[in-house]
Amino acid sequence: MPNSESLRLRPPRHRVERRAIAWWAAQASLIPVPTILTLGALYLFIPPARFVFGWIFLAAAVPGIAYMVAMPLWRYQVHRWETTDEAVYTASGWLWQKWRVAPLSRIQTVDTVRGPLEQLFGLSGIKVTTASASGALKIRGLDRQVAVDLVEHLTRATQATPGDAT
Amino acid sequence: MTAGTVAVAPGWQRLSARLIPVHLSWLAVPVVSTGITVLGTGGKLNLQAYLTLSSLTLAFLIVSGVNLMRYLTTGYRITDSRLELRSGLLFRSSRSIPLDRIRSADVTAHPVHRLFGLASVSVGAAVQGGSSNRKFSLDGVTATQAGDLRDQLLNRRNALNSGEAAAVADDAPIAEIDWSWIRYAPLTIWGVGGLFAVVGVVYRTLHDAQIDPLKLGVVHDVVNAFGSVPLWVGILLLVLVIVALGVIGSIGIFVEGWHGFRLEREDGGILRVRRGLLISRSVSVEERRLRGVEVVEPMLLRWGGGARLHAVATGLGSAEENRTRGALMPPSPRAEVLRVAAAVMGQEKSPTVLAELRPHPRVALRRRLNRGAAVVVFTAVLVAVPGLWVPGFLQAAWITAAVLLPAVILLALDAYRTLAHGITGRYLVARSGTFAHRTVALQCEGVIGWTVSSSIFQRRSGLLTLTASTAAGRGAYRIRDVTVTEGLAFAEEAVPGLLAPFVERG
Repeated sequence: MPNSESLRLRPPRHRVERRAIAWWAAQASLIPVPTILTLGALYLFIPPARFVFGWIFLAAAVPGIAYMVAMPLWRYQVHRWETTDEAVYTASGWLWQKWRVAPLSRIQTVDTVRGPLEQLFGLSGIKVTTASASGALKIRGLDRQVAVDLVEHLTRATQATPGDAT
Repeated sequence: MTAGTVAVAPGWQRLSARLIPVHLSWLAVPVVSTGITVLGTGGKLNLQAYLTLSSLTLAFLIVSGVNLMRYLTTGYRITDSRLELRSGLLFRSSRSIPLDRIRSADVTAHPVHRLFGLASVSVGAAVQGGSSNRKFSLDGVTATQAGDLRDQLLNRRNALNSGEAAAVADDAPIAEIDWSWIRYAPLTIWGVGGLFAVVGVVYRTLHDAQIDPLKLGVVHDVVNAFGSVPLWVGILLLVLVIVALGVIGSIGIFVEGWHGFRLEREDGGILRVRRGLLISRSVSVEERRLRGVEVVEPMLLRWGGGARLHAVATGLGSAEENRTRGALMPPSPRAEVLRVAAAVMGQEKSPTVLAELRPHPRVALRRRLNRGAAVVVFTAVLVAVPGLWVPGFLQAAWITAAVLLPAVILLALDAYRTLAHGITGRYLVARSGTFAHRTVALQCEGVIGWTVSSSIFQRRSGLLTLTASTAAGRGAYRIRDVTVTEGLAFAEEAVPGLLAPFVERG
């Protein structure tokens, strides 16, 4: 057994689109930005309460902005995908990271998913379901054409296998 | 072509006519409820009572009507290759299910049904290309019809699949109820929850009948007595009463659920579990859908030397159905559970007993201790916060921390010792758990994908959590906190070739 040498997972071949950074940042800003703006307005327009709102503003703004900047950049380093003739391989997450492998022979459905923000950035995602109840493999932040091609490739590979993939 | 054991059903069969009185029994609820209210109020009904009664009666009339219609319109038959069902008056529907898609045929009989010798058959079939089940149920055939239908569906489809009669199984059951196991029932503590539910229902019923339970003589006396003793005696008594009732409740649940329990292997590779006192259930699991077993040892049960056994099989249904339909043994002695696990999987020894047990690295223990410490700190801070205003809470926080700390250390040590994984024969075995220890033995060929995950803390310690995806049971079984090298090597050993293209050496 190769116990003496150390093993590690290699990252999947393809990165997601660079536009995905902007998409993640937009997603991340949905709650912090209105909060920060509201607190800023309160700070500006209610001078007697500045000592309170100043601190609350800082307490909301610093982690909020840090999250909006760090999360997308970090995710971009991690999120990757790859398909071979046998399997789909994905990597995702940032603080909590996940690498998933599913053999093509066990794939049941392949869907395209496109959220409203994703559409705004011209991105698309795919969802690969297997017979397991542990959840689908997702690759988000792909270019639309890439996603369409990928779905077609996977669907063809899936149809080639008989049985109900359990 | 087929084994010829079953005669082809000539035509359409219907539900039993005995359903009519069963359906009318629904009307008993408003009648009884009226009776109680009339008694409780001495014959005077106010507007609220009338409204409640009329809406109840209306609702139950509708239910009875719908049921009656269902009886009149439902029919089924088995042809050479399909099960056909039809139902509905306004929206007529007829379904035709290929026999080779049928995954299960469970027979259930509720108390009222049993009174009239009826039963329900619930047929699970695979959806086109999917892992999800579709359920079709026939509520209210006679018990003999139900048995025949079950036998026909399961035997027929086995004959279709294998093309020959399967080997005849021996007659002795794999396991039967042993009433000495009832000693494990109180260790399952489900009774306490059930107790509160019963109290709630009784209170609601009395309240609706305009009887304030707190004003009843008996209750009144008890409440008064409670007020006259010192607080700690009262609390102690209350705890004792709750525990006693909880014990009675869990014994009751055990008896109801496991009376007449019998696990046997039937012709054609089918495991059949029969059990239940009031509601009698019969669940069949095809052996070719069985991917493994899981031995569960919740804390109390483990201290008593007991365990439970679950089947890890595909096509059992939702998570809830997996829990109820997958149960192979009641809470029973660990040795007995292991014997049955071995028998079910057709092995000499239960695959959950690791021949070569691989412990996890010491870092995993540190993670568990850290987690325990976090719980202690969090709880102590919660207790201490009111201490800013009220004196005494700070001391309480210290005491809480001092009591909790040894407990979490023991739990962490136990959780660490529980962690183990290995491969025995063609089974992947994984054990983990803090309060409930779970040992799963999963057939390696049942693994349909891997997930490797690691948190930022795990990455700093060079650990990962390996999750085997499968179509059976809970769908994902974890091997927590192994070193990166060991985890990846183990995945490769269990399912050669799946993860290998993505692993680098050196």
